Amino acid sequence: MTELSKSGAALGEPTSGSAAPTSFLEVRDLKVHFPTDDGLVKSVDGLSFKLEKGKTLGIVGESGSGKSVTSLGIMGLHTAGQYGKRKAQISGEIWLDGTELLSADPDHVRKLRGREMAMIFQDPLSALHPYYTIGQQIVEAYRIHHDVSKKAAKKRAVEMLDRVGIPQPDKRIDSYPHEFSGGMRQRAMIAMSLVNNPELLIADEPTTALDVTVQAQILDLIRDLQTEFGSAVIIITHDLGVVAELADDILVMYGGRCIERGPAEKVFYEPRHPYTWGLLGSMPRLDREQQERLIPVKGSPPSLINIPSGCAFNPRCPYADVPKDNVTRTVRPELTEVGSHHWAACHMTQEQRERIWTEEIAPKL
Amino acid sequence: MLAYLIRRLFAAAVMLVVIVMVVFGIFFLVPKWAGVDIASSFVGKQADPAAVEAVRQKLGLSDPIYSQVWEFFKGIFAGRTYSGGGDVTHCAAPCFGYSFRSEQAVWPVLTDRFPVTLGLALGAAVLWLVFGVSAGVLSALKRGTIWDRGAMVVALAGVSLPIYFTGLLSLAIFAFGLHWLDAQYVPLDQSFGGWFGGMILPWITLAFLYAAMYARITRATMLEILGEDYIRTARAKGLKEQVVIGKHAMRSTMTPILTMLGMDLGALIGGAILTESTFNLPGLGRAVLDAIKNQDLPIILGVTLITSLAVLLANLVVDILYAVIDPRVRLT
Amino acid sequence: MTTQRTSGRRKKAFAAAAAVAALLTTAACGGSDDNGGGGSKTGAAGFDAANNKVAQASLAKKGGTLRFGGAQDADSWDTTRGYYGFMWNFARYYSRQLVTGKTEPGKTGAELTPDLATGLAKVSDDGKTYTYTLRDGITWEDGKPITSKDVKYGIERVWAQDVLSGGPTYLKDFLDPKGEYKGPYKDTSKDKLGLKSITTPDDKTIEFHLPKANSDFQEVLGLVSASPVRQDKDTKSKYGLKPFSSGPYKFESYSPGKSLTLVRNTEWKQSSDPIRKAYPDKITVQFFSDANQLDQRLLNGDLDLDINQTGMSPQGRTTALKEHKANLDNPVSGYIRYATFPQSVKPFDNAECRKAVILGADHVSLQTARGGPVAGGDIGTNMLPPSVPGSEGQKYDPYKISGANKNGNVEEAKAALKACGKPNGFSTTIAVRNNKPVEVATAQSLQASLKKIGINAQIDQFDGSQTTGIIGSPSNVKKKGYGIIIMGWGPDFPTVQGFGLPLWDSKYIAESGNNNFALIDDKTIDGLFDKYVTTLDESGKTQISTEINHKVMEGAYYLPFTFEKFINWRGDNLANVYTSDNYSGMYDFVNLGLKSAITPRPPRRRPLTAGEGRGGVGGAPGWTRGAPRPRGGP
Repeated sequence: MTELSKSGAALGEPTSGSAAPTSFLEVRDLKVHFPTDDGLVKSVDGLSFKLEKGKTLGIVGESGSGKSVTSLGIMGLHTAGQYGKRKAQISGEIWLDGTELLSADPDHVRKLRGREMAMIFQDPLSALHPYYTIGQQIVEAYRIHHDVSKKAAKKRAVEMLDRVGIPQPDKRIDSYPHEFSGGMRQRAMIAMSLVNNPELLIADEPTTALDVTVQAQILDLIRDLQTEFGSAVIIITHDLGVVAELADDILVMYGGRCIERGPAEKVFYEPRHPYTWGLLGSMPRLDREQQERLIPVKGSPPSLINIPSGCAFNPRCPYADVPKDNVTRTVRPELTEVGSHHWAACHMTQEQRERIWTEEIAPKL
Repeated sequence: MLAYLIRRLFAAAVMLVVIVMVVFGIFFLVPKWAGVDIASSFVGKQADPAAVEAVRQKLGLSDPIYSQVWEFFKGIFAGRTYSGGGDVTHCAAPCFGYSFRSEQAVWPVLTDRFPVTLGLALGAAVLWLVFGVSAGVLSALKRGTIWDRGAMVVALAGVSLPIYFTGLLSLAIFAFGLHWLDAQYVPLDQSFGGWFGGMILPWITLAFLYAAMYARITRATMLEILGEDYIRTARAKGLKEQVVIGKHAMRSTMTPILTMLGMDLGALIGGAILTESTFNLPGLGRAVLDAIKNQDLPIILGVTLITSLAVLLANLVVDILYAVIDPRVRLT
Repeated sequence: MTTQRTSGRRKKAFAAAAAVAALLTTAACGGSDDNGGGGSKTGAAGFDAANNKVAQASLAKKGGTLRFGGAQDADSWDTTRGYYGFMWNFARYYSRQLVTGKTEPGKTGAELTPDLATGLAKVSDDGKTYTYTLRDGITWEDGKPITSKDVKYGIERVWAQDVLSGGPTYLKDFLDPKGEYKGPYKDTSKDKLGLKSITTPDDKTIEFHLPKANSDFQEVLGLVSASPVRQDKDTKSKYGLKPFSSGPYKFESYSPGKSLTLVRNTEWKQSSDPIRKAYPDKITVQFFSDANQLDQRLLNGDLDLDINQTGMSPQGRTTALKEHKANLDNPVSGYIRYATFPQSVKPFDNAECRKAVILGADHVSLQTARGGPVAGGDIGTNMLPPSVPGSEGQKYDPYKISGANKNGNVEEAKAALKACGKPNGFSTTIAVRNNKPVEVATAQSLQASLKKIGINAQIDQFDGSQTTGIIGSPSNVKKKGYGIIIMGWGPDFPTVQGFGLPLWDSKYIAESGNNNFALIDDKTIDGLFDKYVTTLDESGKTQISTEINHKVMEGAYYLPFTFEKFINWRGDNLANVYTSDNYSGMYDFVNLGLKSAITPRPPRRRPLTAGEGRGGVGGAPGWTRGAPRPRGGP
């Protein structure tokens, strides 16, 4: 358990107040709501976390849990390019290296995008512009933030492509995205994201669209690059397996909120929320054979317009009736510390959870 | 690419031959089956049968259809001589037939009328591209606002109202009512100012119809493109919004627009019949309208050919343009 | 042909157009008040001021540009090939004939007067030889004198029908009925003047030797097809693109279907021409595809008059009648609109059955279908147009068409049916051209009236562009059972021969191109025509004309609808304007003058807008107004 101390430095407890934080990235009570014809969609509804440089945070959850919305919120991409009458409503604080982004001048945030913080998207085929060459797109990304000649930018682009492991980068730089394989495209995407040495890298489902064999290569690449550049990294995924490899800390999201977070080892080996148990149960593992271990989380993700009262997870939770007085359906559980730097939001007592985990869940995994 | 071009041009040529034969069929065979004598429509009501027969000979109407088609094609490359009754008429290559109604070769008529139609189509295209596309983009960026709704109502009106209505209305107001503009066509080589002044109303009228369509298409396409992942990527790079819209989104939005533009120009060159007749512009559309009125078959045939050629070429240009714009498209 | 992408929504849009037009109409009313009968502020002479009389003769000044507009170009500007009435009228600007119609209004205009010749023909006693002497000082546009040989050559061109098709062939029929001469282009004689029936003893004298007398021969010499043509300037089939002028104006430029410009022929001498005044310096013609556009420009003052002279389109007419009445004339066109009964189709072989239709028809309703008394014309009561000598107009009304029976007489019609042996009526078919909405309307009116007397008539609309092939073939008419054919006819030249010979003489019944639709084979009528052509004195000719008309009406071969009238526009700036019977009620073009040589700023007038009339609806604006009628033709 010696590694735990390491993770504690990365994942701070939520703090309140408006004082500038000391962490590299700190998100405080982030809310992202979208008005629609059917009602207000509360995609993220009060999320807080911290991240230090050189550390990796894994945000895990089903689709619709708010993890991608969170990352786009940090990048400021909900407000940029919002046209028409309906705009996203964002509140809370996002502190990046001492600057609060939500209240900052949008043009200042734009200048931070790509240079201070960069993003790798899920499907590189659709995320790269089909009509421009890989080189043009990387050169453009570099020249936005660096006043250099096209030639110099191109040299930099070739270096980056070489660094992410694209063979013959001086030739492939003139290729179009559709001329690359899926893995190559994602490498190019990573090269584009890292071309400005960003201090924060957000990878949104970076491997979902890729073959299993390529997935591992890309994850290795991200890890290597993080070591090399010393950036803070957020990996967003629905797949616990991905973060198991990379993350120092893990944040599990459900219904727009954090329901468990802590050092990776804790979340993996001593999870304290029934939803995390479900995620672990549905994770395929190569070292076991029994197929019935694949226990999916029953039911479907909650509506973000009408989030269930009480614990948002209660309709799907097999242990919803364990706490007394129907409390799971009436009172929303707050995050409570369940271990060192390990927090969970559940009405069950520590004993109940430990018992269920050790007796019912762990043996089946 | 070259092989592709050659193949496409060859296909276009084959297509043209087929079109010529079909048109021949329609104009020469069908009347024959219906028992209508084309030659007799060329002679007066008092003409005796011998005169009708002589005209038939001169026009080659008594030859079998394949030899008529053959003579037509030969004429395009080698010119053609019509003789009969002691009168010899030479139609120099490229001979696209000879109108015995108005006693002139078809080709000079086409070359005389073509610039008018081209000027109309191009001028209107510039207008509708500038106004249609910018209205569409603004509408997309301000979607749901009064501006957007207003622009789309105007666009709907533009698409729905026929040329002869908007045309007559604009003439009535600006030319005959307020006397701001002269509703008179002046050839370009006579006076640029006169030509330009006379073309303003036709341009606006025609452009109104198309600008409306282009605005709607641009808006829809732009909205779709703005939802694309690569637009989000462009923003994530830190690009200014003007660059995101003006470069990344426009590049994609222009693809369908250019396709439409090519096809529309091709079709318009075949003759903006309504516009030309409303504004009395002596273009191809009016030529074909008058030819139909006068049953002047050679002119109809000539204009049909030019129209088909324009559409075929427009198709080819659009396909090539597509490959230039969109690197994913391969010409094979 | 390509259409623009508006097709599906036309109806709706048209309704919208009509609504907007109505708004504009109301908004613009009260602006102008120049609608009186006796002159106006704008200078227009007044309603019908030029109908059979001269309007503002004294105001004509030398100089200026006379601006014609037209919805239809001429069939050909070649004097030999033209057959459209307006072309004959216009051709006097650039061509002269031995004799021509007087440049005076109404009936006088149809009287012949010497032109190139010094006087009217010296006719031999047997009526077969006509001799003319040419004037001094008559010249071509290059200054060379016009000789008798040029006149002969010009006339000979009529024989070259295989090259110069389209024009009238009366000269050929009268001078060489057997067709022995093959025309100048196949003429083996050196000077190409091989036609034996014309001799030119010297350059000033020309003699015509008719195989058979014809009292209308001089009328035929007054047609433009008798114009001189100089052999070295004869471009054969292309002559119509630039005819070589013998008149006061010559072709400057011509673009078929687009425009025509005439300028002064400086070689023409006023002293050599007693007919032509040659007021304007320049004459322009602009052609339009859309008749409404033409009318709009007339109303706007951009043009002085319509070269086609077939009347304004319904839309323009409505506006003009309401607001610019002083600019309009309402002349008789010389046309008769009628129904005729092919005797080959039973029971129309029986005159009583024909009479039943004539008596049973509602003549007021037929007139209304034709456009009413102003735009349509007076109710036709017999078959001789008012412009033809011998006509008695509505005074001769054997079936009381405009009198007691004007709304149809069911009793008398039924009596006629009984006499015909069909007391319970019968079934038949009305044939009507599909491209003439007005004619279709008359067919429907007739159908409704006939139903009342037990005649069940179907309407068959045939392709109007194929008229000659469909109803011009008696065998086809019989096969299809066309008992009633709806048509119209006007005179080529204003005599009973120029109007009725092809319609009523049994010799003109032909297997194809037939115009004697009723298949009249009456020895009395044939005999009267034979007598007519040998009668030289005018009063004798007039009397025979009247007689022929009576015989035709007594035979009940025709049901006349209207003595057609139309509405023509006379621009404010026009002077010396009058209609002439020589051109079926058109304005006589050749002596039109302008009040001011400087084209005036067009007066502000209420604009015409879409939706006021039926013209211009659909894919082909202007199609509703058909091509100008060839004279005498259907």
